[in-house]
Amino acid sequence: MVFALTEEQGMIRDMAQNFAEEKIQPFANEWDAEKHFPVDMMREGAELGFGGIYAPEECGGTGLSRLDAVLIFEQLSRACPSTSAFISIHNMVTWMLTSFGSDYLKEKYGSDMTAMNLIGSYCLTEPGAGSDAGSLSTKAVKDGENYKLTGTKQFISGAGASDLYLVMARTGGDGAGGVSAFLLEKDTPGLSFGANEKKMGWNSQPTRQVIMDDAIVPAQNLIGQEGDGFKFAMMGLDGGRLNIAACSLGGAQAALEQSIDYVKERSQFGQAIADFQATQFKLADMETELQAARLMLYNAAARLDAKEVDATKWCAMAKKHVTDAAFDVTNQALQLHGGYGYLSEYNIERILRDLRVHQILEGTNEIMRVIISRTLLK
Amino acid sequence: MKILVPVKRVVDYNVKIRVKPDQTGVDLANVKMSMNPFCEIAVEEAVRLQEAGTATEVIAVSIGPAQSQETIRTALAMGADRGILIQTDAEVEPLAIAKLLKGVVEAESPDLVILGKQAIDGDNNQTGQMLAALMGWPQGTFASEIKPEAGHIGVTREIDGGLQTIKLNLPAIVTTDLRLNEPRYASLPNIMKAKKKPIDEKTPEDFGVDVTPQIEIIKVAEPPVREAGVKVETVEELVDKLKNEAGVLS
Repeated sequence: MVFALTEEQGMIRDMAQNFAEEKIQPFANEWDAEKHFPVDMMREGAELGFGGIYAPEECGGTGLSRLDAVLIFEQLSRACPSTSAFISIHNMVTWMLTSFGSDYLKEKYGSDMTAMNLIGSYCLTEPGAGSDAGSLSTKAVKDGENYKLTGTKQFISGAGASDLYLVMARTGGDGAGGVSAFLLEKDTPGLSFGANEKKMGWNSQPTRQVIMDDAIVPAQNLIGQEGDGFKFAMMGLDGGRLNIAACSLGGAQAALEQSIDYVKERSQFGQAIADFQATQFKLADMETELQAARLMLYNAAARLDAKEVDATKWCAMAKKHVTDAAFDVTNQALQLHGGYGYLSEYNIERILRDLRVHQILEGTNEIMRVIISRTLLK
Repeated sequence: MKILVPVKRVVDYNVKIRVKPDQTGVDLANVKMSMNPFCEIAVEEAVRLQEAGTATEVIAVSIGPAQSQETIRTALAMGADRGILIQTDAEVEPLAIAKLLKGVVEAESPDLVILGKQAIDGDNNQTGQMLAALMGWPQGTFASEIKPEAGHIGVTREIDGGLQTIKLNLPAIVTTDLRLNEPRYASLPNIMKAKKKPIDEKTPEDFGVDVTPQIEIIKVAEPPVREAGVKVETVEELVDKLKNEAGVLS
């Protein structure tokens, strides 16, 4: 079987690639160095449909598949994995809101979310609840027409800059079944933000704590029913893992292609370093690793689109395998560049720093192993 | 106003061109192909004229192998209404292209044909002019601005040393220069809509055009590699080299 993209998928991929080359690549180093959150560029991308890739058409989305989304994030991340990853987070919020939100919520926020006039952050992780997300302790207490939310969310991408916060909070008892999903506007009374975290990569997006101290949220901002929250979170994670894997793959692919150009130009001991077999074998391994990772990712996305029963396992395997392989390949690309690879001017150290966190977030690669082995041993 | 826009599938402008080892042409195996950038500008201009209410229909036509359908589909995603593919695997030269386009023009009766001034593969810069001659229509080549007015069209041309503004009676031929506009990206919804727009399939025989090449390519070679320069220590040495080695001073 040849895994071939459709004509439309080829066009989608090419369009995203051209957009990334023109609108992201020239600025990515600057955004990283100056910790600039490129809202203008993201809105320009949203005009092309990047703000609601798999959101329904009635909310201004395009209703595309997860595989289509993977192709887009892979191409955007060639230029900037960090920004591409943020756009994927925004898409997750848009998708959750437009798939499970009430007509009122969809009407009020849907088309502004797909257009990225409003930007969304996703708030699940807490200081004490990371891999064990089901143990989250942010409380939501019904108070007349409102809920009062109290608790802290940790490592929230876009926090402080985003307009809407999709917050998972506990309305019921312990465990996953007691969790509900709420949509909070930025100026909600009782909502505040921590300092912008200093971090290794992902510098084109702010990361802050989201702090709720009796934050007053209208009851109509509950997404779905009480107790649905963790179910939505789990449904979002399969696609989220594919997106993050795609963001690793594109970054590593760019690093590989840049290495191929570099080794042909760089000369030592009287010959291009491309003429050393050590270089040739390294490139061969990098290409093989990335193509294998790509097959795994596209296959997992196709399985999720087909709603196959074991799609969750495939998404976990793709997330683990692709983010590990892509980090290793980028590290090899840095090695091939020698001292120059360590300089920010050559882009590769930025890609490496951005890709490192993909092995941690959206479920650590250790948690991916838990998910995979659970399906094997059940 | 009905507008016809011929579009060509060429090697993507970002690709590093490699010549085939036997020097018969450019290596196209596993190379990314895209719409010729000047053709993109032509599509963009036609779509803008349609958005402004001047044009009523935009038709994209391409001549080439089956994959040229992708190039037409790109034009449809940018906003063209329908496509025509004249499918042939032969290497079709500008004159044969112009003759085929004449056939399309006679069948479709457009008021305006907008073409790229040249394709970035062959750099021939002939097709638009040849089509104008075959049709006996006025032509405005190297356009940097197009202004439709009642019954005619104003075209600003980029010529050596400045800009020339001309007025063409319709129907007319316009070829696009780089500064005419900045083509849009096809949005995701428009890419999906393009899937449903019709593409007519034709062959050169349908138009009675013989596409047999009239030009024989003898050799295609890489440009010579630029040699490294030398550093001179003094002005005297520089003058000496300019006189005695480069021969540019006497």
